[in-house]
Amino acid sequence: MTNVLVCIKRVPDLGGEISLTADGRSVDDSGLGHTISAHEEAAVELAITVAKDTGGEATVLTLGSDDAVEQLRNALALGCTAAIRIDADASAQGPADVARAIADVVREREAGGTTYDLVLLGSDASDTGDFQVGIRLAYALDRPVVTAVSTVSVQDGTVVARGAAPDGGSEVYELPMPAVVTVMEGGVEPRYPSIPGRMKAKKVAIEEAAPGFGAAGSGRLRLRLPEPAPSQVTILGEGPQAAAAVVDLFEKLGVTR
Amino acid sequence: MTTLVLVETDESGAVEVSRETLTFARGLGDEVHAIVVGDGPAGLVEQLGAYGATVVLHADGDAFTAYSAAAWAAAVVSAAGDHSVVMAAGTPRGMEVVAHVACRLDATMAANVVSAERDGDGLLVARQVLGGSAMEDMRLDGSVALLTVAGHAVEAKPADAAATPEVRPLDVAVSDADLRTRVVRTEAGEPDESGQLTSARVVVGAGRGAGSADGFKDLLELTDLLDNASLGVSRVVTSLGWRPHHEQVGQTGSRVSPDLYVACGISGAIQHWTGMSSSKTILAINTDPDAPMVTKAHYAVIGDLHEIVPAINEELRRRANG
Ligand SMILES: Cc1cc2nc3c(=O)[nH]c(=O)nc-3n(C[C@H](O)[C@H](O)[C@H](O)COP(=O)(O)OP(=O)(O)OC[C@H]3O[C@@H](n4cnc5c(N)ncnc54)[C@H](O)[C@@H]3O)c2cc1C
Ligand SMILES: Nc1ncnc2c1ncn2[C@@H]1O[C@H](COP(=O)(O)O)[C@@H](O)[C@H]1O
Repeated sequence: MTNVLVCIKRVPDLGGEISLTADGRSVDDSGLGHTISAHEEAAVELAITVAKDTGGEATVLTLGSDDAVEQLRNALALGCTAAIRIDADASAQGPADVARAIADVVREREAGGTTYDLVLLGSDASDTGDFQVGIRLAYALDRPVVTAVSTVSVQDGTVVARGAAPDGGSEVYELPMPAVVTVMEGGVEPRYPSIPGRMKAKKVAIEEAAPGFGAAGSGRLRLRLPEPAPSQVTILGEGPQAAAAVVDLFEKLGVTR
Repeated sequence: MTTLVLVETDESGAVEVSRETLTFARGLGDEVHAIVVGDGPAGLVEQLGAYGATVVLHADGDAFTAYSAAAWAAAVVSAAGDHSVVMAAGTPRGMEVVAHVACRLDATMAANVVSAERDGDGLLVARQVLGGSAMEDMRLDGSVALLTVAGHAVEAKPADAAATPEVRPLDVAVSDADLRTRVVRTEAGEPDESGQLTSARVVVGAGRGAGSADGFKDLLELTDLLDNASLGVSRVVTSLGWRPHHEQVGQTGSRVSPDLYVACGISGAIQHWTGMSSSKTILAINTDPDAPMVTKAHYAVIGDLHEIVPAINEELRRRANG
């Protein structure tokens, strides 16, 4: 029976143009929808699978404002059975703050008799891309950690994780529990919520926690948007008639066989 | 003040992103030292010297035969003492080792940095956030600044004057806990996995416009007709299961910088653009003249790729036979 905790972050769903808030410190997300990163979607999928396969439970956690309950409910609809929100402004926290706040919750639950044998996170959040919260959490809890793997399973009480090796093959890790693992998308296809799943999710009470310390922040001074480069495109033509011009270009670049 | 660069290697030497990182490190104007963990290929020290490293720190021994991020971090920490900046390439390995180092030294880390300058005692860095659609200015204070360099932030260039590095073996204390997370086994990938994509001279990119899993025949034929060409795809294509994940280009796929990128039926979302924007020439084939890929490309053909690509293939075959 493996109890899994999966950590997700509410982020703006960036489509085309983005704009910044007046203070230049964050993205103006007023007109945008919100989501979690694809890595975290994969982590949620793996958390639910591991919990089901071992007869354990999957709990979803976020540190964020009240709005982030939307992302918790989505994970509940997929098969997580409990949800925790650490009430804080995620944009004011650095990765060390977030890790510390999550570690406090894990320890507190442990003192109350609930252990999370496996904590799953995304490899990096899609807004800050810090690549740190999972590793910092592991250090705070003194647990082993592997990062950016694409599949995770539990076999005979051991966590087996597989990720891409730098040479294009794959590499396998086996680690004792309790452990922390960060996930990169690509290894599993996230499931879709079922209608009964959605109904059930509405009824789950979201547990609340508050960080017991002041945030140190991330060192962010400001955000800047890159200048859009003026278009300098040369249109070679329309439709199949452009083929000759394209092949002329290939020859000029010397890329034909 | 010196900067320490963690170098990743393959059979041929320091990998390109590590050579970019050495180039980036020289830009700070300080002396550059390199650290290599485990066996290095022949000629590596000379190559690191060519990239300006005056000292090569080498951690070797049983603890490093199989990869463990924690053990690598122990090696970097044992060498970090005399360095004011420690950096690695923004690969999963580079990211995780530097994050481990950050925990061990209780320091701040900046990921995906594209530029850095000294600012008094600290370092002012700009880094990619939001998948490359924005930059963040960040200050790194403290006795050591830790960062990873975004792929293709700079072009890898040897130093004007090569150094002859002094090689210093490192004595690293690796604990049993550091070895709990070693790689227990590796499996070779299919021979044509992403390595071929990242080294290709031409990448034929394909997106949702391909239409279905059967829509890649002409595109694959185009890769056969061009010199050293590979297929790369957008995330939509891999998510829909039309093509395998190792062909994905972009923020969460491979970063490519071929001589020519032919973007067929790809809209040019920032997460895709980050992975191929450093291509020397970009040709877009798209039905929509206002697609970002078209307006940002050097050349474009407007229309249906299923008509245009076969016509290009036909013309290539005609000229090859003529
Ligand atoms: C955290 C995160 C990470 C991501 N990482 C990546 C990544 O690594 N790589 C990546 O690619 N995406 C990534 N994405 C997804 C990205 O935002 C886009 O959704 C994706 O790149 C769009 O793929 P596309 O261009 O194939 O599809 P679409 O955006 O749907 O565009 C299809 C294009 O094809 C054109 N078209 C349609 N039919 C034809 C035809 N017959 N002939 C010619 N043109 C045609 C259309 O005009 C359109 O421009 C990521 C997103 C997030 C949030
Ligand atoms: N505010 C947050 N709440 C919950 N989990 C988070 C939060 N921020 C980051 N994480 C988790 O940590 C991972 C890595 O984030 P980062 O280190 O910020 O790139 C993310 O993919 C999430 O799984």
